[in-house]
Amino acid sequence: MSDYIGTSVKRVEDQRFITGRGRYTDDIVLPNMTYACFVRSPYAHARINGIDTEEARNRPGVVAVFTGQDIVDDGINPIPTGWQIGEDMKEPPHHTLAVDKVRHVGDGVAVVIAETKAAAQDAAEHVHIEYEPLPAVADMNEALADGAPLVHDDAPNNVSFHWELGDKAAADAALAAAHHITTYEIVNQRLIPNAIEPRAVIGDHNVATDDLTLYTSSQNPHLIRLLLCAFVTGLPEHKVRVISPDVGGGFGSKIFHYPEEVFCAWATRKIGRPVKWTAERSESFVTDAQGRDHLTTAEMGFDADGKIVGLRVDTAANMGAYLSTFAGGIPTWLYGTLLAGQYTTPAIYVHTQGIFTNTVPVDALRGAGRPEATFLLERLMDLAAKEMGRDPAGLRRMNFIQPDQFPYDTPVVLQYDSGNYEAALDKALDILDYDAFRQQQQQARAEGRLIGIGFSTYIEACGIAPSAVAGAIGARAGLYDSGMLRVHPTGKVQVYTGVHSHGQGHETTFAQLVAHHLQIPMEDVELVHGDTAQIPFGMGTYGSRSLAVGGSAIYRALEKVLGKARKIAAYKLEAAEEDLEYVGGQFTVKGTDRSVSFGDIALTAYVPHDYPIEELEPGLEFNAFYDPKNFTFPFGTHICVVEVDPDTGEVEILRYVAVDDVGEVINPMIVDGQVHGGIAHGIGQALFEGAVYDEDGQLLTGTFMDYTIPRAADLPMFEVDRTVTPCPHNPLGVKGAGETGTIASTPAVVNAVCDAVGARDIQMPMTSERVWRAIHAARSSGDGQA
Amino acid sequence: MTPYAFEYTRASSVDEALALLDGHDNAKLLAGGHSLIPAMKLRLSNPSMLIDVSGISELAQITASETAVHVGALATHRAVETSEIVQAKCGVLAEAAGGIGDPQVRNKGTIGGSLAHADPAADYPALVLALNAAIKVAGPSGTHLIPAHDFFLNLFKTALQDGEIITEVIFPALSARSGAAYAKFSNPASKYAVVGVAAWVEVDEHGMCTGARVGVTGAASHAFRASNVAFDLSGKHLTAETIAAAVAGMADAHEMLNDLSASSEYRAHLCSVMAQRALTEAAARAMG
Repeated sequence: MSDYIGTSVKRVEDQRFITGRGRYTDDIVLPNMTYACFVRSPYAHARINGIDTEEARNRPGVVAVFTGQDIVDDGINPIPTGWQIGEDMKEPPHHTLAVDKVRHVGDGVAVVIAETKAAAQDAAEHVHIEYEPLPAVADMNEALADGAPLVHDDAPNNVSFHWELGDKAAADAALAAAHHITTYEIVNQRLIPNAIEPRAVIGDHNVATDDLTLYTSSQNPHLIRLLLCAFVTGLPEHKVRVISPDVGGGFGSKIFHYPEEVFCAWATRKIGRPVKWTAERSESFVTDAQGRDHLTTAEMGFDADGKIVGLRVDTAANMGAYLSTFAGGIPTWLYGTLLAGQYTTPAIYVHTQGIFTNTVPVDALRGAGRPEATFLLERLMDLAAKEMGRDPAGLRRMNFIQPDQFPYDTPVVLQYDSGNYEAALDKALDILDYDAFRQQQQQARAEGRLIGIGFSTYIEACGIAPSAVAGAIGARAGLYDSGMLRVHPTGKVQVYTGVHSHGQGHETTFAQLVAHHLQIPMEDVELVHGDTAQIPFGMGTYGSRSLAVGGSAIYRALEKVLGKARKIAAYKLEAAEEDLEYVGGQFTVKGTDRSVSFGDIALTAYVPHDYPIEELEPGLEFNAFYDPKNFTFPFGTHICVVEVDPDTGEVEILRYVAVDDVGEVINPMIVDGQVHGGIAHGIGQALFEGAVYDEDGQLLTGTFMDYTIPRAADLPMFEVDRTVTPCPHNPLGVKGAGETGTIASTPAVVNAVCDAVGARDIQMPMTSERVWRAIHAARSSGDGQA
Repeated sequence: MTPYAFEYTRASSVDEALALLDGHDNAKLLAGGHSLIPAMKLRLSNPSMLIDVSGISELAQITASETAVHVGALATHRAVETSEIVQAKCGVLAEAAGGIGDPQVRNKGTIGGSLAHADPAADYPALVLALNAAIKVAGPSGTHLIPAHDFFLNLFKTALQDGEIITEVIFPALSARSGAAYAKFSNPASKYAVVGVAAWVEVDEHGMCTGARVGVTGAASHAFRASNVAFDLSGKHLTAETIAAAVAGMADAHEMLNDLSASSEYRAHLCSVMAQRALTEAAARAMG
């Protein structure tokens, strides 16, 4: 009954999700609630010369109309970024509502609060804003050009920060002496996150107690409370409760502290009634922080044997109009540190600059920096293999860090704790039957069919922590987490975690973990998350950290519970602690039939009539904080096989093989699901997704009619397998699984399509038209496939 | 978003709907609502009144005469897709209906609504052009038929006059020696046609092409007939070579739409590819 670890238990949360009984922020209706509608800028860049709210105030059902100045006048501070990148980083103020200028389409300017959502929307059209349009920059090259319009007057050249990592002299020297250099210039296009649940916020101030409850569709309620109280509003933290109930996906976009949260927290106090805001989908497109958006030049040098000797990378990263919560950390520490990949590259240097543009802010999106790094490396490896006439799998293999080299210090500060890269590669090649595939490919090409294969042998650093490292690299927060176990008198258990589930299935996985170790039925365990009033503290869910950090904290609390339970059992059984064994939910005196069950111990702890009261407190409840020693390092090999329609350029994925090593696995079905979703997301970037702004900063892909996200029918059956190399430094041996698929898959798909059509590169998303053009270019240049 | 406020009324007959249309300046007919309602929710359309015609049951009938299939304007895409009459007498129409949008759209959207809306990327326009359908219209001055090739005038603009209602679409039944097929290249986001080509061909007993019509949707500001292709094929045996020659360069890139989903050059190319695929299948069916 308790052998839960490694078992594909069905997700307990799905009953309510599938039957429509989830309770999302927008489902919450409070007495006397009002509805907010944001008036947003239609311009990417404009001066606000005047706002006339008079007419809107007089519309039916309107309760109040507020502007940015109202909020500033109340002493509300701008929303800070949470990551300092270098001492000179430019961090212009990001106000709740714009006060002087608007800086991207969708920037909030005023808010109408009304009795109904419809009344608020109607009245919002009667807020008259006098804009003076200013020249806008949406493109990073334009933003960096001499004389470009400035997004912020105090950020010259539109640069927020410069950042570098690695040994420049060593990388320069290695490249100068290299036998072969592969150069690659890429645009890693901007993506829009598109969680299925639009963001939503309710601010509810209790005038009698002065308590503020903020419901918000967030991935980390404690961090939102901390930023809101300590930096933005000055509200006392103990009087603010942040609840993130069921949350319908985030992909990173719900990590951040958003203006709408500040507004609803502020406005409910102003009007004395609850204030709800729910994003329209069209608002999500222009207000949810977006992802990726790099321009990069990279050079990788090889010796005559094909060994990598050096890598030099220069990246411009689009920050959008303001620095979002984690913005600066993504194209720097979460990117540059990944540039060793699985390889023994001895010299690496990376320079990144963060650029302001008149576009929606850019921040972490599933993978967050690591997909960008992996894309770069894995494209370079395939390009280099082609240029040097080597097999792409073989070139990777000869550059792998070997199992006996761990722990391995990379030239970009990470210490990889464990790995066996060749094992994953071999397994993937086996599943694919690589040699047979190459023969089939030759035959298909002879028939004029365009079939290609692409590899991606990746590593990621996740389980985002430890705090000391976070501090050293400029994060303005710790990255531990907490777990609390409350054993009730009947032996039922509630588990309180500081990480947050918004699709990951924590209610299942964490219950499995606890039930397994307590040796009790899973039905006796319930997970509580997403409420700052119930959970001691937490840093939320992102960077595939929930199980590695949050789960490990729960494990530490489990150890404390079992430790105390053993003491109680020893007392009850009149035996020494070390003479007890815990099997099947019973403490038994070894070699006897004298035992006591976990449930009896729980009851004894809460009804301590016969109890070692001099030595032990009553009760059975423990909290633990856990701060890991290192990141975790999942790795693996993904292989994609595609066929391209030579007439239309359409890409069909024929096979997709993924062998991942995420360490120990608690629920294989949930891990597979995460891998599937991650691969789908990465294929989305390769083939379908891309935000397009015009030169005036208008988002042209602002609806699902124009912005393509992959559907089930667009995807192949994934062939997923695993190797298991446990993480050596956390008590569960687990790594992270939520981002591996996204990190690995994008270059595998691009490599496959380029291989199929004989193109050196195709800009993502590889639309049918781009692929069709690449086919023609390859044919006319004469270097296409035979 | 929430639409602007509007009045809503139901019409129980075509005459009642016509009377309501006549009495209101800014009224719109509501059938399946799968184009109109989203536009209203985005506040791009602001009718003062919706006249719901979806309950006029006689307009949802699909019937057959000896020479034609009569599809009521309120027949949903799903009804067209699954109609045994349509499948037997004009199978390509059922196939194309099954490829419109998604199940929700097919269960609500109607053929009359789609044609009246005249989205340049909708599927039905290519079909009515290739199959030489007639669009039956009721209006203040009675009923009349509009041939398909006179119906589509421009982006969202048709030959329908103010106050008129489509009541029926009449498709000539496919003869024994004719065949038709529809080939669509979908926009990956919207699933609308980037280019959709419907082809109809007729052959004599020697396999010689005695008639051809090619309807193209998605490519230009409105659906059109590629008469040049039909002209090139007539009097020829339909082979891979004659079809390839007829479709080569069939569309002028200058007349093609140019947007995020496809450049005009790519659209012109897709016209040829989709036409080739549709014609090849249509020819096989005609000769099969």
